[in-house]
Amino acid sequence: MSGYIFRRSLLAIPLLLVISFLTFVLNALSPMDPAELVLHAQGVPRITDELITATRTALGMDQPFLIRYLDWLFSCLQLDFGNSYVTGKPVWSMLGPAFLNTLELTILSVVAVIAASIGLGIVCALTEGRWLDKSIRGAAFVLTSMPSYLLAALLVWYFSVKLDWLPTTGKETVQSYILPVSVITISYAGHYFRIVRSAMLMNLNEDYVLFGRACGLPESRITIRLLRNSLQVAVSVFCMAIPIILGSTVVIENLFAWPGLGMLSVKSILSRDFPIIQAYVLVLAAAFVVVNTFSDIINALINPKLRENDL
Amino acid sequence: MKRIGSLLQDRLALLSLFIITSTLLAGIFAPWIAPNDPEEVHMELRFASASWEYLLGNDHLGRCVLSRLIYGIRPSVLGVLAVLAISVGIGTAIGFIAGYFKGKLDALLMRICDIMLSFPGYVMTLGIIGILGVGLQHILLAFVLMKWSWFARIIRTSVMQYADAEYVKFSKTLGIGSLRIIWKHIVPVTVPVIAVTSSSAFSSMVLQLSGYSFLGLGVQAPHAEWGMMLNEAREVMFSRPELLLAPGITTILFVSAVHFFTDALQVALDPKLGSSGRKKQRKGRFQTANLQGSEVA
Repeated sequence: MSGYIFRRSLLAIPLLLVISFLTFVLNALSPMDPAELVLHAQGVPRITDELITATRTALGMDQPFLIRYLDWLFSCLQLDFGNSYVTGKPVWSMLGPAFLNTLELTILSVVAVIAASIGLGIVCALTEGRWLDKSIRGAAFVLTSMPSYLLAALLVWYFSVKLDWLPTTGKETVQSYILPVSVITISYAGHYFRIVRSAMLMNLNEDYVLFGRACGLPESRITIRLLRNSLQVAVSVFCMAIPIILGSTVVIENLFAWPGLGMLSVKSILSRDFPIIQAYVLVLAAAFVVVNTFSDIINALINPKLRENDL
Repeated sequence: MKRIGSLLQDRLALLSLFIITSTLLAGIFAPWIAPNDPEEVHMELRFASASWEYLLGNDHLGRCVLSRLIYGIRPSVLGVLAVLAISVGIGTAIGFIAGYFKGKLDALLMRICDIMLSFPGYVMTLGIIGILGVGLQHILLAFVLMKWSWFARIIRTSVMQYADAEYVKFSKTLGIGSLRIIWKHIVPVTVPVIAVTSSSAFSSMVLQLSGYSFLGLGVQAPHAEWGMMLNEAREVMFSRPELLLAPGITTILFVSAVHFFTDALQVALDPKLGSSGRKKQRKGRFQTANLQGSEVA
């Protein structure tokens, strides 16, 4: 097992390198000259050719491509992503706190999504075909067909404006967590509870359930067995959900003015602040790889069959 | 053909198909169907409620909501459909090459796919928009770049299942060309997978695109797009919540039609579910295929 963990972790390193290279190339694809952008962003009134050349040297643009990449990579490893074009502040001083805020939102939402999916999945599987199952699935169907920002707007309109219970935006009090987390939970749990449900239904048809019933085991004990077996399937799905949710809080963050990565990235896109965009892509892609590596290891721990193949 | 027949017997599937095709047609023939010019501003008609000339009322600039909805189909639905076709095309080509010929080429192609898949879709899309600039075409480009690898992986897996089948081996022994084998023996059995995968990706892409437009990264004013209409409506949400209704309900209706259709397609095309009625029920309606990699907008 330790061998598997070692090999799987080693596999992440070349992947991270490739990702960093692609992120760097992405920046080079930009149709605009970074030197000109910096000057524009700093509000220099008259941009002369000498000024551009000077800025290019200051940015290290006159070096060969590979040297620039390696330089950039080493400074990234020290969390030095350069300075923002717009504010001139170090990128990490803006990205770091935003990352923590997004992480906070993601972790809370993931916990809520898992709890809700398992809860709803069990309830639906146990009442399969009856009105409760049908109405939960019907509601989930409508809610997942809805863009999450529309759902968020409706919830804000009802709970914040009509009832005035919760704050509309920001991240100040405990209450400001409720709406963003519930919107994410509703959008994702609506997808994931079906997996728990169908895994449980699949197991319900297995012989061991029949055997247990024939032996007169109480229904509650059978349900616990069922759950344990069904959750194996669900764990791998939930592991996949974490990076997806981490990456897609963008819309929710912008709607609720949550001071996270999503807001920062959209703001930087609109102001063409390349260093922040680049660092954002790099940090999230790296986080994605790390989470994926962990989830593969967790899956292998739970399910020994996975350890043999696929590596 | 029998399977498609059973699909047509399913009334809900038929209704969904009707909604989808009429939306597509309305989008294609927008200039003939839309009652008014979608970009014509009438400041005196701001927030006017429904009238005979403007069936769904007017928005904050007095533009016709119905015409904007109809013109919005073009970027929101037709744009996504075109992108879907391109990425499914690329994914199918690569999936077939990798799955059928295997070997080193397969390993190489799949490593490339792994790398593409290791970028979270949302982040990569934002990165591409960030570098190339705001605009619908950049979002669509990002979609193609991100999605082909996912299709390639799924299609490769399903091709592989059949590439080693006895009848394929038999044809190979007879000396039949690879292209002919692929066309005659492998394409027909993988079509269901491709259909279901692309149909389920369609709905999530429509939602994602409207999400980006909602953030102001996609279609730029004054052009109409569903997500942008929702964003414009949101700004006056507290005083005029009814403006959210038209684009909101349209999006929900279209996306759920695609969801329903995907489920029906899956039931109709899955040979394993074909005969036994009980299993068919169990598989149920509210199930959507391929949750892997699906992202919610």
